Amino acid sequence: MKFQQKFSAKAADGDMTAMIDMVFQLIIFFMVLINFSQDDQNDKIKLPSSELAKPAEAPLKFPIVIHLDSNSTIYMGSNVATVESVGPLLRTEIDVLKSRGESAKEANIVIRSSFDTQGGLVQDLIKKCQELGFEQFVLRVKEENSI
Amino acid sequence: MKFSTRRSGEKAELQLTSMIDVIFLLLIFFVMTFKIVAQEGDFNIRMPLGGGAGSSENTNVPIKVRLRANSAGDLSDLIVNDNLSFMVQPAAGEDLEAKFAREKQVFAGLRGFILKLTNGVAPPSPDEGPEVEIDLDYGLRYGYVIQAITSVTGQRQGDEVTRLVERIKFAPPRKPQ
Repeated sequence: MKFQQKFSAKAADGDMTAMIDMVFQLIIFFMVLINFSQDDQNDKIKLPSSELAKPAEAPLKFPIVIHLDSNSTIYMGSNVATVESVGPLLRTEIDVLKSRGESAKEANIVIRSSFDTQGGLVQDLIKKCQELGFEQFVLRVKEENSI
Repeated sequence: MKFSTRRSGEKAELQLTSMIDVIFLLLIFFVMTFKIVAQEGDFNIRMPLGGGAGSSENTNVPIKVRLRANSAGDLSDLIVNDNLSFMVQPAAGEDLEAKFAREKQVFAGLRGFILKLTNGVAPPSPDEGPEVEIDLDYGLRYGYVIQAITSVTGQRQGDEVTRLVERIKFAPPRKPQ
């Protein structure tokens, strides 16, 4: 007895359209949400949360982001310092501001500090910045009940 | 004259294999580099050296909020204007959940005080309205400072945020002895 093979010679042709559509949608989703900027992010900082936290409506004028972790270490860009030794880094920022025709008064010091950092260290940092002429400070927090 | 078309009857077939390879590579790249970032917000403080927050023309005496810390950096007392304490004493054998609830109660007391003072009305401009000076123990955890700032600067009702105090400043740091 011999069985007939219906599809013996033909290769199976799957319809790829639906899969390609889905994959493109996934790529678009990830492309839109991806955030390459690492300037204002630091994994070592666990921000305190606040119910009033709302993203800024307009971008800050001349933001200088300072990360302060619970071991009193300061991260500014790729530089690492302490509250006592942050002066030269801030002076460099002032030089950059001056080259653009601005002063320290115009800049915004963005403080991203961990929730378990000593509050006195944040005060010391603010005082250090005040002594160099900075006046505007931004305390960054994360939205309550967010990830 | 008639041109003969060789492929008139044939169906054009696209070679999709390489495109799918590239697309999958892209997809893997984006999935691996994807990082969920929590929504962040700001508290703006204008604090020139030696001056108060906001306009120098406003000469009102600031409301003093004193935050005391215990040796572990936790909040041990919250006193307003040197005489009004909102502290709730911990019960014996207090667990973490009860501690959070108690601290929430303390800061709710502070917000109640501010609401009473401002009648729940936002200042006409960021340079006006009452000023709050936060005076904290050096070792107090920063999270408590933010909780105090949250309690005095406003309140959220649903999606609406009412601003109460715009002018905030810090007292000089209390260096440990």
